[in-house]
Amino acid sequence: MSAAIEARGLTRRFGDFTAVDAISFRVERGEVFGFLGANGAGKTTAIRMLTGLLSPSAGEAWVAGHDVYGETEAIRRSIGYMSQRFSLYEDLRVRENIRLYGGIYGLPDRTIHRRGERLLSDLGLEHAADELVASIPLGWRQKLAFSVASLHEPEILFLDEPTGGVDPITRRQFWEMIYRAADGGTTVFVTTHYMDEAEYCDRISIMVDGRIGAMGTPRELREAYGVPSIDELFLRLVRPDPAPAPGVAS
Amino acid sequence: MISPAVGAEGLVKRFGEETALDGLSFTVEAGEIFGFIGPDGAGKTTLFRILTTLLLPDEGSARVLGLDVVGDFWNLRARVGYMPGRFSLYPDLSVGENLSFFAAVFGTSPEEQADLIGPIYGQIERFRDRRAGALSGGMKQKLALSCALVHRPEILFLDEPTTGVDAVSRREFWDLLARLREQGLTIVVSTPYMDEASRCDRVALVQDGRILGVDAPGAFGARYGHPLVAVRGPDRRHLPDILRTWEHALSAYPFGETIHLTDRRTELEPARTADEVRGFLASRGVKDVEARPIQPGIEDVFIALMGAGETP
Repeated sequence: MSAAIEARGLTRRFGDFTAVDAISFRVERGEVFGFLGANGAGKTTAIRMLTGLLSPSAGEAWVAGHDVYGETEAIRRSIGYMSQRFSLYEDLRVRENIRLYGGIYGLPDRTIHRRGERLLSDLGLEHAADELVASIPLGWRQKLAFSVASLHEPEILFLDEPTGGVDPITRRQFWEMIYRAADGGTTVFVTTHYMDEAEYCDRISIMVDGRIGAMGTPRELREAYGVPSIDELFLRLVRPDPAPAPGVAS
Repeated sequence: MISPAVGAEGLVKRFGEETALDGLSFTVEAGEIFGFIGPDGAGKTTLFRILTTLLLPDEGSARVLGLDVVGDFWNLRARVGYMPGRFSLYPDLSVGENLSFFAAVFGTSPEEQADLIGPIYGQIERFRDRRAGALSGGMKQKLALSCALVHRPEILFLDEPTTGVDAVSRREFWDLLARLREQGLTIVVSTPYMDEASRCDRVALVQDGRILGVDAPGAFGARYGHPLVAVRGPDRRHLPDILRTWEHALSAYPFGETIHLTDRRTELEPARTADEVRGFLASRGVKDVEARPIQPGIEDVFIALMGAGETP
């Protein structure tokens, strides 16, 4: 069976600037893959290419077996996407969001209804089905957004900083949802600025200036670089020659 | 005696039926970095807008630099620096124009304040002719901080300056704040990142418009009250569920590569908890396990104060 995601020499230039510089990697089906990097390292550009929103300048990539050049429609049907910034329509009710996304994903009404009811009961949100999304707590909103992004049972979930600003308990419950999806065979491609979350991934890559600076399981990387944590590795890769740290408040 | 930089008493703010601030009282001492740590929706932004005179509280009162945030707002504004969470500079003005504008509003110029803003503005000065809207996130943040400082405020309010910023840039931003503090500035800052607590002199943990606790970041651990053990083993995905079935488990949460297990019992040596957990896991056939007693960090404390061991 083909990989969930495969990129070979994937490149994107904007004028003179090379945002993504010939990256190659494979994500296996059912894997939780952490896609890390500093701001401006090219993560967002890479994700836009992999989700069929932006055409590459060079290289090749397949997502769920579909070519990112010609088969963007098929890619969009095979993936779910959520981010901290955009997920649900806040001015619609919970149930309306489920119906709307079910419709966008092309699901039949009966399926939307059945999966929607199951989703609400899994989240314990039946009581809030007719509330506006804006009125439910952020933690619930993020869990709901995750479930809605999975409504069409996509092969691959792209999660762009899904836990930003979320409280520490909900953040961990969110990762348990990710694990459940992965246990069910869904591939999860996730970005985060929380370095402890890097440890929750099966494998991670760290992008530096458009290239993949390191890739492997968290444990392999810690051992290969002789660092106690992914946080330290991140610092070392992103600032290879750090200036001496100025005074730190106690 | 020096009066506190900020003193708040019973602050309440409602928006319709929603209570954003539910009776906040606290004191910030002059010259300290004071952090409000909590998730989105905790009320941090509402609090900062009240303290910077931009929003009126429904109940309670607050004084900043000894001045009342409602009655003395006009005198207060020139002495306070505020960096809102959302980018609030003029996107169509250049970097240099934005800075000059904010300086001019307060009757000064960037040149006069070079000693204060230089270390920060110097890092983006080569982009002085670029439109502010076209800057990267990290550069916007440095420009916003320069603009908040250019009138030489006595106290700085920074609302989530590091949200969405990568781990390395966050670290560097806190290095900048530490330098400003050494120059005598009082800094009140909010963040959803628990690991940033260690960069503050004192922190308030906030959730749902309430303060869960205020202390020096290193002092919270002493309040934990339960033995805490970091467990490391194979099959990390399922280890928390297994640990939760242990009769003495109060909670088990993943923390990076380990699981933090809290013992329900209070009067107990953590080393004994570690021994017993190893025994328990062995009885369940889980091998290659490491369990060692640890000091609770801010995030452990926050979780305990939030939900007292609720598990999904």
